[in-house]
Amino acid sequence: MIRVDGRGDSTSLIKVRGLNKTYSRGGEQIQVLQGLNLDVDRGDFVAFMGPSGSGKTTLLNLLGGLDVPSAGSITVDGDEITHMSASKLTQWRARHVGFIFQMYNLIPVLTAFQNVELPLLLTKLSKSDRRKHVETALGVVGLSDRMNHYPRQLSGGQEQRVTIARAIVSDPTFLLCDEPTGDLDRKSADEIMALIDELVGKYNKTILMVTHDPQVAARAHTTLHLNKGVLVEAKALQEGVLAGGAA
Amino acid sequence: MKYSRLIFANLFRKKIRLVLTVGSFAIALFLFTFLAVVRGAFSRNTELAGADRLVVINRVGLINTMPLAYGDRIRQIKGVKYVTHNNWFGGVYQDEKNFFPQFVIDPANQLKVMTELHVPDDQWKNFLADRQGAVVGRNLAKRFKWKVGDRIPLQNALYGSTKTWEFNLDGIYTNDKEGGDESQFWLQWDYFYENIPDVIKGQAGWWVLKLDSPDDAVRVGKAIDDGFANSSYETKTETESAFQAGFAKQLGNIQLLITAIGSVVFFTLLLVTGNTMAISIRERTSELAVLKAIGYSDRFVLFFVLAESLVIALIGGLLGLGLAFLAIPVVGANLNGMLPPLLLSATALGLGVLLAVFVGVASGLLPGIGAMRLRVVDALRRV
Repeated sequence: MIRVDGRGDSTSLIKVRGLNKTYSRGGEQIQVLQGLNLDVDRGDFVAFMGPSGSGKTTLLNLLGGLDVPSAGSITVDGDEITHMSASKLTQWRARHVGFIFQMYNLIPVLTAFQNVELPLLLTKLSKSDRRKHVETALGVVGLSDRMNHYPRQLSGGQEQRVTIARAIVSDPTFLLCDEPTGDLDRKSADEIMALIDELVGKYNKTILMVTHDPQVAARAHTTLHLNKGVLVEAKALQEGVLAGGAA
Repeated sequence: MKYSRLIFANLFRKKIRLVLTVGSFAIALFLFTFLAVVRGAFSRNTELAGADRLVVINRVGLINTMPLAYGDRIRQIKGVKYVTHNNWFGGVYQDEKNFFPQFVIDPANQLKVMTELHVPDDQWKNFLADRQGAVVGRNLAKRFKWKVGDRIPLQNALYGSTKTWEFNLDGIYTNDKEGGDESQFWLQWDYFYENIPDVIKGQAGWWVLKLDSPDDAVRVGKAIDDGFANSSYETKTETESAFQAGFAKQLGNIQLLITAIGSVVFFTLLLVTGNTMAISIRERTSELAVLKAIGYSDRFVLFFVLAESLVIALIGGLLGLGLAFLAIPVVGANLNGMLPPLLLSATALGLGVLLAVFVGVASGLLPGIGAMRLRVVDALRRV
């Protein structure tokens, strides 16, 4: 169950309370997030939408432990991450977060197999165990036959599949997708979204995704809009707009 | 090591740049090692000089001679064990390019003073009995493919009109000390004496003395110089190592020059490699950010950068040292005795490896720290 009113129960996988993020730019303070609340349960698939500069990616970075909030707290699976040291946060990310970026961000000099293996090099898994995990992840994304290809030998859709395989290979607690289809044509975007659907439906993955594309957002269980630094459910936003229009 | 694939894959990302960087590293390290070897060659005679030997020269300069009779007075000073005198001959063998030092020696005392030099007994006996005899160092014989029994003509214009002096090669000397000189040509005093003009007879170029004990060096030196003070031929007596150092200094401050060039090479190398690493890291900002995002720590990132620069340095360094190992003997052989033997010692090789490691780490440090401090959020925003 996804909630944005700060009244989620203690079983929520991700619990965000009173999240603030302020940037200082040219001496001016810009408040991007203002007392944001969010509760996400295991297996939820939530899409964040909003205009450019509304703070979608900032929220994703904070949830992924890539940035620190100005105030508020983020608790994931019982771990309060907002007060972790940088090195602890790095270890936490390795265990709990899978990242899927718009631009894929694969290492061009490594093959698909080697790219997917990267997160596992940080674990104590043996070489053969690593191989099994990588082969499984590449099998899930349908690229078993491309594991020795370099990124330049793959299409955009295939590169994004490799990124997804890299994100799921260590079986993280949740996945963060920043515009996962933003650089793809419609057909490839549909294929990637079908794969993400499968990760949620078949493998019960928890996914938080930023997108500009309403068709892509429609696949999520819930779409949340970032409006003036807080999250608003799409339905509520629509009602607000209509009410405003009627007035 | 499980990370080696990532390190080497990144290294070979830009092959031309890698080849150029490794190549410049190899050339620079070769040059640095070569300069170190040349520097060592200049100082070797000083290092190998006998601690119990003194050299007496004319206070005005080495090319000025002194009365031969000084030898008897020097011999009488307490603490002097043996005395031998030498003169510069200055002949030319076939071509002026074939330079090698030629000394007129005092056969009776030469080997008593220069105890590290050895001539087989039979050859020495032949030399003593042969007015036109000559003894040469092993390296010199090798250089001109001379063997005992050969007839060696030397042209000389220093003593009267230009004429050819004929010598019989009676012996070949060797030096006990590793890297010690084996490139001299010795000729008999008597043969020299009877063929020079009368006006310059009775003069010696310099004396070399062997002392009873190195502890006597200061006292004996002072006694000699005081004894000939205020004469027409004042003397300057110094230890053999000081004499060798002074001789090397006549060519200019070679040591300083070589050290200066070596330092420039070293800093250029540091800048070239550092710049390459900085460019390489800047190109990979987003990749490093992704590595950090998926759980690689700042220290890991620093380790990757340092490992890359270290591998470049070691490959380049080993190539440069290999080149030095192959080239220095060839260069040394073609110097025609202009320099003492060029020896690439294990110490020089070890120093080269240490230098390579140091430059590798130092050049990777700044880009590595930059990569370490990289904020993932900022780096990903730049993509």
